[in-house]
Amino acid sequence: MGNRKIRYFLFGAVVMFLFVSIKTQAQNLENGKKIYQTRCLVCHQADGGGVPNMNAPLDGSTNVVGNDIARLVKIIKNGFNERVELDGLYYSNSMTPNPDLTPAQISDVLSYIRTSWSNKATKVTIAQVQQGIKGNQKTSTK
Amino acid sequence: MKRGIYLLLLLSMSVHFLANAQDNAGLTLPNGFKANLFAENIGSARHIAISKNGVVFAKLNRADKQGRTIIRLADENKDGISDKITGWANYGGTGIYLTGNALYASSNEAVFKYQLDGNDEVVNPLSPITVVSGLINRRQHESKSITFDKSNNMYVNIGAYSNACQDKDRTPGAQGMMPCPILDSAGGIWKFDASKENQTYGDGKRYATGLRNVVGLDWNSQANKLYVAQHGRDQLNTFFPSLYTDAQNAELPAETFYEINEGDNAGWPYVYYDNFQHKKIVSPEYGGDGKKEGASDIKNPAVAFPAHMAPMGVLFYTGNQFPEKYKNGAFITFHGSWNRAPLPQEGFFVAFVPFKNGKATGEWEIFANGFAGTMDGTKITSTRNAKARPCGLAQGPDGSIYVSDDTKGSIFKISYQK
Ligand code: HEC
Repeated sequence: MGNRKIRYFLFGAVVMFLFVSIKTQAQNLENGKKIYQTRCLVCHQADGGGVPNMNAPLDGSTNVVGNDIARLVKIIKNGFNERVELDGLYYSNSMTPNPDLTPAQISDVLSYIRTSWSNKATKVTIAQVQQGIKGNQKTSTK
Repeated sequence: MKRGIYLLLLLSMSVHFLANAQDNAGLTLPNGFKANLFAENIGSARHIAISKNGVVFAKLNRADKQGRTIIRLADENKDGISDKITGWANYGGTGIYLTGNALYASSNEAVFKYQLDGNDEVVNPLSPITVVSGLINRRQHESKSITFDKSNNMYVNIGAYSNACQDKDRTPGAQGMMPCPILDSAGGIWKFDASKENQTYGDGKRYATGLRNVVGLDWNSQANKLYVAQHGRDQLNTFFPSLYTDAQNAELPAETFYEINEGDNAGWPYVYYDNFQHKKIVSPEYGGDGKKEGASDIKNPAVAFPAHMAPMGVLFYTGNQFPEKYKNGAFITFHGSWNRAPLPQEGFFVAFVPFKNGKATGEWEIFANGFAGTMDGTKITSTRNAKARPCGLAQGPDGSIYVSDDTKGSIFKISYQK
């Protein structure tokens, strides 16, 4: 193989790689959106706005775009009804747990809510979700 | 120069006033009715009460910027807009009721009593009498709404802290508990003697049960009976997708309005009311399949409304200002839904329920609409986009009615002119 051929080959490989990774990323968000629509939309609404006093908004939430991924993982898995102050307000409903979601599915739905509407945070990797699950197990057995 | 500024100010104020008056504060009303904003931005105004001198008292769900949760609004220059606003109290909640010279207000656990003087000023703002305390508050369905009969008995709603009494609330596959233990201390209406102090559960009586969450209730003095409006259960489709589609969940179950006699059971959590089959259907958490009928001794609603619209306030109209058809009928505020998603939301209006000889005819109609602020007919898809959500209802001494909104804190005054 000549030099030029190698260059073409490498270029092609890079293009392929980029294409595949962009596509899987898009698929992740697409998948996250589907999970959101079937499991979360009813309470958090199509625009992530939640319902005043009842269901917390995800759009514009400091926690949703924040760095505590383990907390987000725990909320998705176990549900949430701690009635803590969220960005200065309280919510009265009980959030449904999702114990059956895989780490890949949790990373998809978290990536979706962190990058949708006005939210512009980083996506969440499967490794981060797994780390979060491990961390949560440790703190809960304490 | 100074005079110019005053003139400008006056001009802009009158333009504002005219605009407000002409567009009926954004509401659509039957012919001959007018609406204006009696107050704006007062906070999360839940129920309201009005004195015989026309002073409005609003109960806030959360303290306003000055830390107040009961707001007194007077219209001293009698132009239909409040011009003197004061307030007190530090507990959030929903209920407020005025009877004689006493004002009752509720937190999410207790009911307090204040004495009013001849000018409708509260005599003891910092030291109210505790009528009852220790009522269950687990956040979900926490409002303690109150009303009174003509013998100084107080009726308090204690909502069920649950959707359908599953052993794990709002969890797929969780069974309905049998019997539902919540019903011992919540999920019903409790009756207390309002002249007694420091009462708790033991001093009251469970007057009606099987009511998931009642926020709106009122005494019908013509029939001498209590009427309550229930928020039906949520999420039939999310937990039972093989039995209910999204479209079916958007229409099931009905929101229901009941005439209550002592001892009545409206059936929650075991059944819900299906307004298409006109039947009480067994809840899927209790083995229902969308068709199986519940026990026959369960109360039927006097009127059934579309699902999830969230009735918040009930008012039997006893005034003389409105046309004859409204006399002794019921107005009901609908907060607007969230659980119709992914379908568009509904509600955000005030309905009228006609009564004949102390009985509901079974009909209902929209009385005041447009609170959500979408005059072009577009539907609200996300509940937070509703500009105003109707909540409290009260009748003024001149026969006008007032409607509160708990999002931004507007109070609408609706009147009729021949
Ligand atoms: C039954 C209604 C309901 C459903 C379904 C639901 N949630 Fe929630 N969610 C809530 C409520 C209520 C809260 C706030 C609870 C509290 O304050 O105790 C909440 C809180 C949250 C929070 C924390 C927000 C913050 O600011 O800290 C996140 C993140 C979240 N939900 C994500 C989701 C996702 C993702 C799904 C779908 C997999 C989902 N929720 C499904 C009702 C729901």
